[in-house]
Amino acid sequence: MSFSEFIDMHDRGFYVWSAYGTTLLIFVVEIALVVHKRKLTLKQIRMMRDAEGEQ
Amino acid sequence: MAINWFKYSAPSTFYALAGKLAPWFAAFAAILFAVGLYIGLYVAPTDATQGDAYRIIYIHVPASILSMFIYLVMAGYAALGLIFNTRLSAMMANALAPTGALFTFIALWTGAFWGKPTWGAYWAWDARMTSELILLFLYLGFIALHASIDDPRRADRASALLAIVGSVNVPIIYYSVRWWNTIHQGATIKPTGVSMEATMQKALLAMFLACWAYAIAMTLWRVRSIILERERTTQWVQEMPEAK
Amino acid sequence: MMNKLSLTGLLALVVRRDLLLAMRRRADVLTTLVFFVMVVSLFPLGVGVGQGPEAQMLTKIAPGVVWVAALLASMLSLGRMFSADYLDGTLEQMLLAPQSLPVLVLGKILAHWMTSGLPLVLMAPVLGLQFNLPSGQLGVLVLGLVLGTPVLSMLGAVGAALTLGLRGGGVLVSLLVLPLCIPVLIFGAGAVEAVASGMDYVAHLKLLAAIAVAATVLTPWVTAQALRISME
Repeated sequence: MSFSEFIDMHDRGFYVWSAYGTTLLIFVVEIALVVHKRKLTLKQIRMMRDAEGEQ
Repeated sequence: MAINWFKYSAPSTFYALAGKLAPWFAAFAAILFAVGLYIGLYVAPTDATQGDAYRIIYIHVPASILSMFIYLVMAGYAALGLIFNTRLSAMMANALAPTGALFTFIALWTGAFWGKPTWGAYWAWDARMTSELILLFLYLGFIALHASIDDPRRADRASALLAIVGSVNVPIIYYSVRWWNTIHQGATIKPTGVSMEATMQKALLAMFLACWAYAIAMTLWRVRSIILERERTTQWVQEMPEAK
Repeated sequence: MMNKLSLTGLLALVVRRDLLLAMRRRADVLTTLVFFVMVVSLFPLGVGVGQGPEAQMLTKIAPGVVWVAALLASMLSLGRMFSADYLDGTLEQMLLAPQSLPVLVLGKILAHWMTSGLPLVLMAPVLGLQFNLPSGQLGVLVLGLVLGTPVLSMLGAVGAALTLGLRGGGVLVSLLVLPLCIPVLIFGAGAVEAVASGMDYVAHLKLLAAIAVAATVLTPWVTAQALRISME
Protein backbone atom coordinates (compact mmCIF):
# COMPACT_ATOMS: atom_id res chain seq x y z
CA MET A 1 0.00 0.00 0.00
CA SER A 2 1.23 3.48 -0.68
CA PHE A 3 1.11 6.06 2.05
CA SER A 4 -1.84 7.96 0.60
CA GLU A 5 -3.73 4.71 0.28
CA PHE A 6 -2.87 4.03 3.90
CA ILE A 7 -4.42 7.31 4.97
CA ASP A 8 -7.63 7.13 3.02
CA MET A 9 -8.04 3.34 3.11
CA HIS A 10 -9.75 3.31 -0.27
CA ASP A 11 -12.36 5.76 0.88
CA ARG A 12 -12.92 4.08 4.23
CA GLY A 13 -10.43 6.28 6.02
CA PHE A 14 -13.00 8.14 8.07
CA TYR A 15 -14.29 4.96 9.66
CA VAL A 16 -10.99 3.24 10.21
CA TRP A 17 -9.30 6.27 11.70
CA SER A 18 -12.33 7.23 13.80
CA ALA A 19 -12.28 3.78 15.29
CA TYR A 20 -8.55 3.66 15.97
CA GLY A 21 -8.38 7.32 16.91
CA THR A 22 -11.06 6.98 19.57
CA THR A 23 -9.35 3.87 20.90
CA LEU A 24 -6.07 5.72 21.19
CA LEU A 25 -7.84 8.58 22.92
CA ILE A 26 -9.43 6.19 25.41
CA PHE A 27 -6.07 4.56 26.16
CA VAL A 28 -4.45 7.94 26.71
CA VAL A 29 -7.27 9.06 28.99
CA GLU A 30 -7.14 5.81 30.95
CA ILE A 31 -3.40 6.11 31.49
CA ALA A 32 -3.78 9.75 32.50
CA LEU A 33 -6.47 8.83 35.01
CA VAL A 34 -4.34 6.10 36.57
CA VAL A 35 -1.36 8.45 36.87
CA HIS A 36 -3.56 11.17 38.31
CA LYS A 37 -5.10 8.83 40.86
CA ARG A 38 -1.66 7.79 42.05
CA LYS A 39 -0.56 11.39 42.48
CA LEU A 40 -3.74 12.19 44.37
CA THR A 41 -3.36 9.19 46.68
CA LEU A 42 0.28 9.97 47.47
CA LYS A 43 -0.66 13.55 48.21
CA GLN A 44 -3.42 12.36 50.51
CA ILE A 45 -0.95 10.16 52.39
CA ARG A 46 1.54 13.00 52.75
CA MET A 47 -1.16 15.25 54.12
CA MET A 48 -2.23 12.60 56.58
CA ARG A 49 1.29 12.12 57.79
CA ASP A 50 1.92 15.82 58.14
CA ALA A 51 -1.27 16.18 60.12
CA GLU A 52 -0.21 13.39 62.43
CA GLY A 53 3.28 14.78 62.72
CA GLU A 54 1.88 17.98 64.10
CA GLN A 55 0.12 16.19 66.92
CA MET B 1 10.00 -26.30 47.12
CA ALA B 2 7.15 -24.95 49.15
CA ILE B 3 5.62 -21.88 47.57
CA ASN B 4 3.98 -19.53 49.95
CA TRP B 5 0.99 -18.69 47.80
CA PHE B 6 -0.47 -16.43 50.40
CA LYS B 7 2.60 -14.27 50.57
CA TYR B 8 1.28 -12.15 47.74
CA SER B 9 -2.20 -11.87 49.16
CA ALA B 10 -0.87 -9.30 51.58
CA PRO B 11 -1.38 -5.88 50.12
CA SER B 12 2.09 -4.69 50.97
CA THR B 13 3.91 -7.51 49.19
CA PHE B 14 1.58 -7.40 46.22
CA TYR B 15 2.10 -3.65 45.95
CA ALA B 16 5.80 -4.22 45.39
CA LEU B 17 5.25 -7.10 43.00
CA ALA B 18 2.74 -5.14 40.94
CA GLY B 19 5.19 -2.28 40.74
CA LYS B 20 7.86 -4.54 39.33
CA LEU B 21 5.65 -6.36 36.84
CA ALA B 22 3.57 -3.53 35.43
CA PRO B 23 6.31 -1.80 33.41
CA TRP B 24 7.15 -5.10 31.70
CA PHE B 25 3.57 -5.64 30.63
CA ALA B 26 3.37 -2.06 29.47
CA ALA B 27 6.47 -2.54 27.36
CA PHE B 28 5.13 -5.77 25.87
CA ALA B 29 1.88 -4.03 25.10
CA ALA B 30 3.62 -1.17 23.33
CA ILE B 31 5.73 -3.52 21.20
CA LEU B 32 2.80 -5.79 20.37
CA PHE B 33 0.59 -2.83 19.46
CA ALA B 34 3.28 -1.54 17.12
CA VAL B 35 3.70 -4.93 15.49
CA GLY B 36 -0.01 -5.66 15.31
CA LEU B 37 -0.95 -2.29 13.88
CA TYR B 38 1.86 -2.41 11.35
CA ILE B 39 0.75 -5.78 10.03
CA GLY B 40 -2.94 -5.09 10.35
CA LEU B 41 -3.09 -1.64 8.88
CA TYR B 42 -0.25 -1.75 6.41
CA VAL B 43 0.93 -5.22 5.47
CA ALA B 44 -2.26 -7.27 5.48
CA PRO B 45 -4.13 -7.23 2.19
CA THR B 46 -7.41 -5.48 1.59
CA ASP B 47 -10.39 -7.75 2.07
CA ALA B 48 -12.16 -8.79 -1.12
CA THR B 49 -15.71 -8.28 0.14
CA GLN B 50 -15.40 -5.60 2.80
CA GLY B 51 -12.67 -3.36 1.52
CA ASP B 52 -10.41 -1.63 3.98
CA ALA B 53 -13.06 -1.02 6.64
CA TYR B 54 -12.53 -4.60 7.82
CA ARG B 55 -9.23 -3.49 9.34
CA ILE B 56 -11.23 -2.30 12.31
CA ILE B 57 -11.55 -5.90 13.46
CA TYR B 58 -7.93 -5.75 14.59
CA ILE B 59 -9.07 -3.62 17.49
CA HIS B 60 -12.75 -4.56 17.65
CA VAL B 61 -12.32 -8.31 18.13
CA PRO B 62 -9.56 -8.13 20.75
CA ALA B 63 -11.50 -5.46 22.65
CA SER B 64 -14.68 -7.57 22.68
CA ILE B 65 -12.90 -10.70 23.80
CA LEU B 66 -11.07 -8.81 26.48
CA SER B 67 -14.22 -7.08 27.70
CA MET B 68 -15.80 -10.45 28.43
CA PHE B 69 -12.60 -12.04 29.71
CA ILE B 70 -11.98 -9.19 32.14
CA TYR B 71 -15.52 -9.46 33.46
CA LEU B 72 -15.00 -13.13 34.22
CA VAL B 73 -11.66 -12.46 35.93
CA MET B 74 -13.32 -9.67 37.88
CA ALA B 75 -16.11 -11.99 38.98
CA GLY B 76 -13.48 -14.58 39.87
CA TYR B 77 -11.64 -12.16 42.14
CA ALA B 78 -14.99 -11.11 43.56
CA ALA B 79 -15.77 -14.72 44.41
CA LEU B 80 -12.33 -15.22 45.97
CA GLY B 81 -12.86 -12.10 48.06
CA LEU B 82 -16.21 -13.33 49.31
CA ILE B 83 -15.04 -16.86 50.05
CA PHE B 84 -11.61 -16.20 51.57
CA ASN B 85 -12.34 -12.73 52.90
CA THR B 86 -9.18 -11.34 51.32
CA ARG B 87 -9.21 -7.58 50.88
CA LEU B 88 -6.76 -7.74 48.02
CA SER B 89 -9.11 -9.85 45.90
CA ALA B 90 -11.76 -7.17 46.19
CA MET B 91 -9.19 -4.52 45.33
CA MET B 92 -8.23 -6.43 42.20
CA ALA B 93 -11.87 -6.68 41.16
CA ASN B 94 -12.22 -2.93 41.57
CA ALA B 95 -9.01 -2.33 39.65
CA LEU B 96 -10.23 -4.45 36.74
CA ALA B 97 -13.64 -2.86 36.37
CA PRO B 98 -12.71 0.46 34.69
CA THR B 99 -10.40 -1.24 32.20
CA GLY B 100 -13.10 -3.78 31.41
CA ALA B 101 -15.72 -1.09 30.97
CA LEU B 102 -13.46 0.91 28.66
CA PHE B 103 -12.72 -2.12 26.51
CA THR B 104 -16.46 -2.76 26.30
CA PHE B 105 -16.97 0.80 25.13
CA ILE B 106 -14.16 0.44 22.59
CA ALA B 107 -15.78 -2.76 21.31
CA LEU B 108 -19.10 -0.99 20.88
CA TRP B 109 -17.62 2.11 19.30
CA THR B 110 -15.34 0.31 16.87
CA GLY B 111 -18.14 -2.10 16.08
CA ALA B 112 -20.35 0.83 15.12
CA PHE B 113 -17.68 2.30 12.84
CA TRP B 114 -17.18 -1.09 11.25
CA GLY B 115 -20.89 -1.60 10.81
CA LYS B 116 -21.62 1.66 9.05
CA PRO B 117 -19.49 1.21 5.93
CA THR B 118 -19.97 -2.54 5.82
CA TRP B 119 -23.67 -3.05 6.50
CA GLY B 120 -24.99 0.48 6.29
CA ALA B 121 -25.82 1.17 9.92
CA TYR B 122 -23.88 2.28 12.97
CA TRP B 123 -26.00 0.09 15.22
CA ALA B 124 -27.77 -3.16 14.44
CA TRP B 125 -29.26 -4.75 17.57
CA ASP B 126 -27.63 -8.02 16.68
CA ALA B 127 -26.93 -10.50 19.47
CA ARG B 128 -23.30 -9.64 20.00
CA MET B 129 -23.59 -5.86 20.00
CA THR B 130 -26.68 -5.91 22.21
CA SER B 131 -25.08 -8.28 24.70
CA GLU B 132 -21.97 -6.11 24.65
CA LEU B 133 -24.10 -3.09 25.49
CA ILE B 134 -25.68 -4.95 28.40
CA LEU B 135 -22.20 -5.97 29.53
CA LEU B 136 -21.32 -2.28 29.67
CA PHE B 137 -24.37 -1.72 31.89
CA LEU B 138 -23.22 -4.54 34.15
CA TYR B 139 -19.76 -2.98 34.50
CA LEU B 140 -21.26 0.43 35.21
CA GLY B 141 -23.62 -1.10 37.77
CA PHE B 142 -20.68 -2.71 39.54
CA ILE B 143 -18.73 0.55 39.63
CA ALA B 144 -21.81 2.54 40.68
CA LEU B 145 -22.70 0.18 43.50
CA HIS B 146 -19.17 0.20 44.89
CA ALA B 147 -19.06 3.98 44.69
CA SER B 148 -22.40 4.36 46.49
CA ILE B 149 -21.43 2.50 49.63
CA ASP B 150 -19.29 4.34 52.14
CA ASP B 151 -18.17 1.41 54.25
CA PRO B 152 -15.32 -0.23 52.26
CA ARG B 153 -16.02 -3.74 53.48
CA ARG B 154 -19.70 -3.59 52.65
CA ALA B 155 -18.88 -1.95 49.32
CA ASP B 156 -16.43 -4.71 48.43
CA ARG B 157 -18.77 -7.52 49.38
CA ALA B 158 -21.92 -6.06 47.85
CA SER B 159 -20.29 -5.29 44.52
CA ALA B 160 -18.64 -8.71 44.57
CA LEU B 161 -22.02 -10.38 44.91
CA LEU B 162 -23.36 -8.23 42.11
CA ALA B 163 -20.45 -9.19 39.85
CA ILE B 164 -21.10 -12.88 40.46
CA VAL B 165 -24.84 -12.53 39.81
CA GLY B 166 -23.99 -10.61 36.66
CA SER B 167 -21.60 -13.23 35.39
CA VAL B 168 -24.24 -15.94 35.75
CA ASN B 169 -26.55 -13.75 33.72
CA VAL B 170 -24.18 -12.96 30.89
CA PRO B 171 -24.61 -16.28 29.03
CA ILE B 172 -28.38 -16.19 29.62
CA ILE B 173 -28.59 -12.67 28.28
CA TYR B 174 -26.42 -13.54 25.30
CA TYR B 175 -28.53 -16.53 24.31
CA SER B 176 -31.81 -14.76 24.82
CA VAL B 177 -30.70 -11.88 22.64
CA ARG B 178 -29.37 -14.28 20.03
CA TRP B 179 -32.71 -16.05 19.90
CA TRP B 180 -34.56 -12.75 19.71
CA ASN B 181 -32.23 -11.74 16.97
CA THR B 182 -32.61 -14.82 14.79
CA ILE B 183 -36.37 -14.43 14.99
CA HIS B 184 -36.29 -10.80 14.08
CA GLN B 185 -33.66 -10.76 11.44
CA GLY B 186 -33.59 -14.23 9.97
CA ALA B 187 -30.12 -14.64 8.56
CA THR B 188 -28.22 -12.44 10.95
CA ILE B 189 -25.35 -10.19 10.22
CA LYS B 190 -22.29 -12.32 10.63
CA PRO B 191 -19.37 -10.26 11.75
CA THR B 192 -16.98 -13.03 10.83
CA GLY B 193 -17.43 -12.68 7.11
CA VAL B 194 -13.78 -11.99 6.56
CA SER B 195 -11.66 -14.76 5.15
CA MET B 196 -8.69 -15.10 7.42
CA GLU B 197 -5.36 -15.03 5.71
CA ALA B 198 -2.18 -15.84 7.57
CA THR B 199 -1.11 -12.19 7.87
CA MET B 200 -4.56 -11.27 9.15
CA GLN B 201 -4.34 -13.96 11.79
CA LYS B 202 -0.93 -12.76 12.89
CA ALA B 203 -2.15 -9.20 13.21
CA LEU B 204 -5.19 -10.31 15.17
CA LEU B 205 -3.09 -12.38 17.54
CA ALA B 206 -0.59 -9.59 18.07
CA MET B 207 -3.36 -7.07 18.78
CA PHE B 208 -5.10 -9.45 21.15
CA LEU B 209 -1.92 -10.04 23.13
CA ALA B 210 -1.23 -6.31 23.08
CA CYS B 211 -4.63 -5.51 24.57
CA TRP B 212 -4.19 -8.26 27.13
CA ALA B 213 -0.78 -6.97 28.23
CA TYR B 214 -2.16 -3.44 28.31
CA ALA B 215 -5.07 -4.52 30.51
CA ILE B 216 -2.74 -6.27 32.92
CA ALA B 217 -0.44 -3.24 33.12
CA MET B 218 -3.34 -0.84 33.73
CA THR B 219 -4.90 -3.09 36.34
CA LEU B 220 -1.61 -3.55 38.22
CA TRP B 221 -0.95 0.19 38.24
CA ARG B 222 -4.48 0.95 39.31
CA VAL B 223 -4.49 -1.60 42.10
CA ARG B 224 -1.34 -0.01 43.48
CA SER B 225 -3.22 3.26 44.00
CA ILE B 226 -6.17 1.39 45.48
CA ILE B 227 -3.88 -0.44 47.90
CA LEU B 228 -2.26 2.82 48.96
CA GLU B 229 -5.58 4.45 49.55
CA ARG B 230 -7.04 1.59 51.53
CA GLU B 231 -3.95 0.85 53.56
CA ARG B 232 -3.02 4.47 54.12
CA THR B 233 -3.22 4.17 57.88
CA THR B 234 -0.74 1.30 58.04
CA GLN B 235 2.87 1.72 58.91
CA TRP B 236 4.35 0.46 55.67
CA VAL B 237 2.43 3.04 53.70
CA GLN B 238 3.19 5.87 56.07
CA GLU B 239 6.89 5.07 55.90
CA MET B 240 7.00 4.66 52.15
CA PRO B 241 9.77 6.61 50.40
CA GLU B 242 7.37 7.81 47.73
CA ALA B 243 5.20 9.47 50.32
CA LYS B 244 7.93 11.57 51.79
CA MET C 1 -43.82 -21.87 69.53
CA MET C 2 -41.89 -20.14 66.78
CA ASN C 3 -39.38 -22.96 66.58
CA LYS C 4 -42.07 -25.45 65.66
CA LEU C 5 -42.95 -23.47 62.57
CA SER C 6 -42.62 -25.47 59.38
CA LEU C 7 -41.16 -23.88 56.28
CA THR C 8 -44.54 -23.46 54.66
CA GLY C 9 -45.88 -22.13 57.92
CA LEU C 10 -43.07 -19.60 57.98
CA LEU C 11 -43.78 -18.64 54.40
CA ALA C 12 -47.46 -18.11 55.10
CA LEU C 13 -46.67 -16.06 58.18
CA VAL C 14 -44.30 -13.74 56.34
CA VAL C 15 -46.64 -13.32 53.38
CA ARG C 16 -49.57 -12.55 55.65
CA ARG C 17 -47.58 -10.01 57.61
CA ASP C 18 -46.24 -8.19 54.58
CA LEU C 19 -49.66 -8.16 52.94
CA LEU C 20 -51.20 -6.72 56.10
CA LEU C 21 -48.54 -4.02 56.21
CA ALA C 22 -49.07 -3.29 52.53
CA MET C 23 -52.81 -2.97 53.03
CA ARG C 24 -52.19 -0.32 55.65
CA ARG C 25 -50.24 1.61 53.08
CA ARG C 26 -52.61 1.08 50.22
CA ALA C 27 -51.44 4.27 48.59
CA ASP C 28 -48.03 2.75 47.82
CA VAL C 29 -49.58 -0.20 46.07
CA LEU C 30 -52.00 1.92 44.12
CA THR C 31 -49.42 4.45 43.00
CA THR C 32 -47.39 1.69 41.39
CA LEU C 33 -50.45 0.52 39.54
CA VAL C 34 -51.36 4.02 38.42
CA PHE C 35 -47.76 4.52 37.25
CA PHE C 36 -48.04 1.39 35.16
CA VAL C 37 -51.25 2.53 33.51
CA MET C 38 -49.89 6.00 32.92
CA VAL C 39 -46.65 4.86 31.32
CA VAL C 40 -48.50 2.50 29.01
CA SER C 41 -50.90 5.26 28.04
CA LEU C 42 -48.10 7.70 27.34
CA PHE C 43 -46.49 5.63 24.63
CA PRO C 44 -49.13 6.12 21.93
CA LEU C 45 -49.04 9.85 22.60
CA GLY C 46 -45.29 9.99 22.42
CA VAL C 47 -44.90 7.69 19.45
CA GLY C 48 -47.63 9.49 17.56
CA VAL C 49 -49.92 6.66 16.64
CA GLY C 50 -53.45 5.76 17.50
CA GLN C 51 -55.61 6.82 14.63
CA GLY C 52 -56.10 5.54 11.15
CA PRO C 53 -53.67 3.26 9.38
CA GLU C 54 -51.04 3.76 12.03
CA ALA C 55 -53.26 2.12 14.60
CA GLN C 56 -51.73 -1.15 13.49
CA MET C 57 -48.40 0.02 14.79
CA LEU C 58 -49.97 0.35 18.21
CA THR C 59 -50.84 -3.31 18.22
CA LYS C 60 -47.30 -4.15 17.18
CA ILE C 61 -45.63 -2.18 19.92
CA ALA C 62 -48.18 -3.15 22.59
CA PRO C 63 -46.35 -6.17 24.07
CA GLY C 64 -43.08 -4.27 24.29
CA VAL C 65 -44.71 -1.25 25.87
CA VAL C 66 -46.61 -3.28 28.45
CA TRP C 67 -43.53 -5.27 29.37
CA VAL C 68 -41.27 -2.24 29.70
CA ALA C 69 -43.89 -0.53 31.82
CA ALA C 70 -44.12 -3.65 33.99
CA LEU C 71 -40.34 -3.59 34.42
CA LEU C 72 -40.34 0.05 35.42
CA ALA C 73 -43.28 -0.33 37.79
CA SER C 74 -41.61 -3.30 39.40
CA MET C 75 -38.36 -1.38 39.88
CA LEU C 76 -40.24 1.56 41.38
CA SER C 77 -41.87 -0.54 44.05
CA LEU C 78 -38.72 -2.37 45.16
CA GLY C 79 -37.92 0.10 47.90
CA ARG C 80 -40.92 -1.22 49.77
CA MET C 81 -39.56 -4.71 50.11
CA PHE C 82 -36.98 -4.25 52.80
CA SER C 83 -36.69 -0.58 53.73
CA ALA C 84 -39.54 -0.40 56.24
CA ASP C 85 -38.27 -3.42 58.11
CA TYR C 86 -34.71 -2.18 57.84
CA LEU C 87 -35.59 1.18 59.34
CA ASP C 88 -37.50 -0.12 62.32
CA GLY C 89 -35.10 -2.94 63.18
CA THR C 90 -37.31 -5.84 62.20
CA LEU C 91 -34.91 -6.89 59.48
CA GLU C 92 -32.11 -7.22 62.00
CA GLN C 93 -34.32 -9.54 64.02
CA MET C 94 -35.07 -11.56 60.94
CA LEU C 95 -31.37 -12.03 60.33
CA LEU C 96 -30.84 -13.17 63.89
CA ALA C 97 -33.83 -15.48 63.94
CA PRO C 98 -33.22 -19.23 63.83
CA GLN C 99 -35.67 -19.56 60.97
CA SER C 100 -34.40 -19.97 57.47
CA LEU C 101 -33.61 -16.55 56.01
CA PRO C 102 -34.06 -17.63 52.38
CA VAL C 103 -37.59 -18.83 53.14
CA LEU C 104 -38.32 -15.56 54.90
CA VAL C 105 -37.04 -13.70 51.87
CA LEU C 106 -39.15 -15.85 49.56
CA GLY C 107 -42.16 -14.88 51.61
CA LYS C 108 -41.32 -11.21 51.24
CA ILE C 109 -40.83 -11.62 47.52
CA LEU C 110 -44.16 -13.38 47.21
CA ALA C 111 -45.91 -10.63 49.14
CA HIS C 112 -44.17 -8.03 47.01
CA TRP C 113 -45.32 -9.72 43.84
CA MET C 114 -48.86 -9.89 45.13
CA THR C 115 -48.86 -6.15 45.70
CA SER C 116 -47.00 -5.09 42.58
CA GLY C 117 -46.84 -7.81 39.90
CA LEU C 118 -50.28 -9.30 40.37
CA PRO C 119 -52.17 -6.00 39.99
CA LEU C 120 -50.21 -5.43 36.79
CA VAL C 121 -51.24 -8.82 35.48
CA LEU C 122 -54.86 -8.06 36.26
CA MET C 123 -54.62 -4.61 34.68
CA ALA C 124 -52.95 -5.85 31.49
CA PRO C 125 -56.10 -7.01 29.64
CA VAL C 126 -57.61 -3.56 30.02
CA LEU C 127 -54.48 -1.98 28.65
CA GLY C 128 -54.38 -4.54 25.87
CA LEU C 129 -57.75 -3.29 24.75
CA GLN C 130 -56.30 0.22 24.63
CA PHE C 131 -53.86 -1.08 22.06
CA ASN C 132 -56.42 -3.12 20.13
CA LEU C 133 -54.64 -6.31 20.98
CA PRO C 134 -56.50 -9.37 19.68
CA SER C 135 -57.56 -11.84 22.32
CA GLY C 136 -55.05 -14.53 21.35
CA GLN C 137 -52.13 -12.17 21.81
CA LEU C 138 -53.67 -10.72 24.91
CA GLY C 139 -53.90 -14.14 26.48
CA VAL C 140 -50.25 -14.89 25.82
CA LEU C 141 -49.30 -11.45 27.11
CA VAL C 142 -51.07 -12.10 30.40
CA LEU C 143 -49.66 -15.60 30.67
CA GLY C 144 -46.19 -14.25 30.09
CA LEU C 145 -46.70 -11.58 32.74
CA VAL C 146 -47.88 -14.24 35.21
CA LEU C 147 -44.64 -16.14 34.66
CA GLY C 148 -42.37 -13.13 34.33
CA THR C 149 -43.44 -10.60 36.96
CA PRO C 150 -42.47 -12.90 39.84
CA VAL C 151 -39.00 -13.09 38.32
CA LEU C 152 -38.88 -9.29 38.26
CA SER C 153 -39.72 -9.26 41.97
CA MET C 154 -37.08 -11.91 42.63
CA LEU C 155 -34.30 -10.17 40.73
CA GLY C 156 -35.44 -6.90 42.26
CA ALA C 157 -35.10 -8.42 45.71
CA VAL C 158 -31.40 -9.05 45.10
CA GLY C 159 -30.95 -5.44 44.03
CA ALA C 160 -33.01 -4.10 46.92
CA ALA C 161 -31.00 -6.14 49.41
CA LEU C 162 -27.68 -4.93 47.99
CA THR C 163 -28.71 -1.27 48.07
CA LEU C 164 -30.33 -1.30 51.51
CA GLY C 165 -30.28 2.12 53.09
CA LEU C 166 -28.22 3.77 50.37
CA ARG C 167 -28.87 7.22 48.97
CA GLY C 168 -29.48 7.12 45.25
CA GLY C 169 -32.24 4.67 46.07
CA GLY C 170 -34.58 3.72 43.30
CA VAL C 171 -32.42 4.76 40.40
CA LEU C 172 -29.44 2.77 41.61
CA VAL C 173 -31.51 -0.38 42.10
CA SER C 174 -32.98 -0.01 38.62
CA LEU C 175 -29.51 0.47 37.13
CA LEU C 176 -28.37 -2.76 38.74
CA VAL C 177 -31.43 -4.89 38.14
CA LEU C 178 -32.76 -3.88 34.72
CA PRO C 179 -29.94 -5.51 32.72
CA LEU C 180 -30.64 -8.77 34.51
CA CYS C 181 -34.33 -8.59 33.58
CA ILE C 182 -33.69 -8.37 29.87
CA PRO C 183 -34.20 -12.08 29.09
CA VAL C 184 -37.63 -11.92 30.75
CA LEU C 185 -38.50 -8.91 28.62
CA ILE C 186 -37.30 -10.64 25.47
CA PHE C 187 -39.23 -13.84 26.00
CA GLY C 188 -42.34 -12.20 27.40
CA ALA C 189 -42.76 -9.74 24.57
CA GLY C 190 -41.44 -12.27 22.08
CA ALA C 191 -44.17 -14.74 22.94
CA VAL C 192 -46.85 -12.22 22.01
CA GLU C 193 -45.08 -11.34 18.78
CA ALA C 194 -44.85 -15.03 17.96
CA VAL C 195 -48.62 -15.33 18.25
CA ALA C 196 -48.99 -12.26 16.06
CA SER C 197 -46.88 -13.77 13.31
CA GLY C 198 -48.41 -17.20 13.66
CA MET C 199 -45.30 -18.85 14.97
CA ASP C 200 -44.79 -21.09 17.94
CA TYR C 201 -45.11 -19.17 21.18
CA VAL C 202 -45.03 -22.06 23.61
CA ALA C 203 -41.24 -22.21 23.52
CA HIS C 204 -41.03 -18.62 24.77
CA LEU C 205 -43.38 -19.37 27.63
CA LYS C 206 -41.50 -22.53 28.50
CA LEU C 207 -38.27 -20.55 28.69
CA LEU C 208 -39.98 -17.98 30.90
CA ALA C 209 -41.16 -20.78 33.14
CA ALA C 210 -37.65 -22.22 33.26
CA ILE C 211 -36.23 -18.84 34.23
CA ALA C 212 -38.94 -18.52 36.88
CA VAL C 213 -38.08 -21.88 38.39
CA ALA C 214 -34.36 -21.17 38.39
CA ALA C 215 -34.95 -17.77 39.95
CA THR C 216 -37.19 -19.24 42.65
CA VAL C 217 -34.45 -21.66 43.61
CA LEU C 218 -31.53 -19.24 43.49
CA THR C 219 -32.69 -15.74 44.34
CA PRO C 220 -33.88 -16.26 47.93
CA TRP C 221 -30.49 -17.59 48.89
CA VAL C 222 -28.59 -14.87 47.01
CA THR C 223 -30.85 -12.22 48.51
CA ALA C 224 -30.23 -13.61 51.98
CA GLN C 225 -26.48 -13.31 51.39
CA ALA C 226 -26.95 -9.79 50.12
CA LEU C 227 -28.94 -8.89 53.23
CA ARG C 228 -26.20 -10.23 55.47
CA ILE C 229 -23.62 -8.23 53.55
CA SER C 230 -25.67 -5.06 53.83
CA MET C 231 -26.41 -5.49 57.49
CA GLU C 232 -23.12 -6.52 59.03
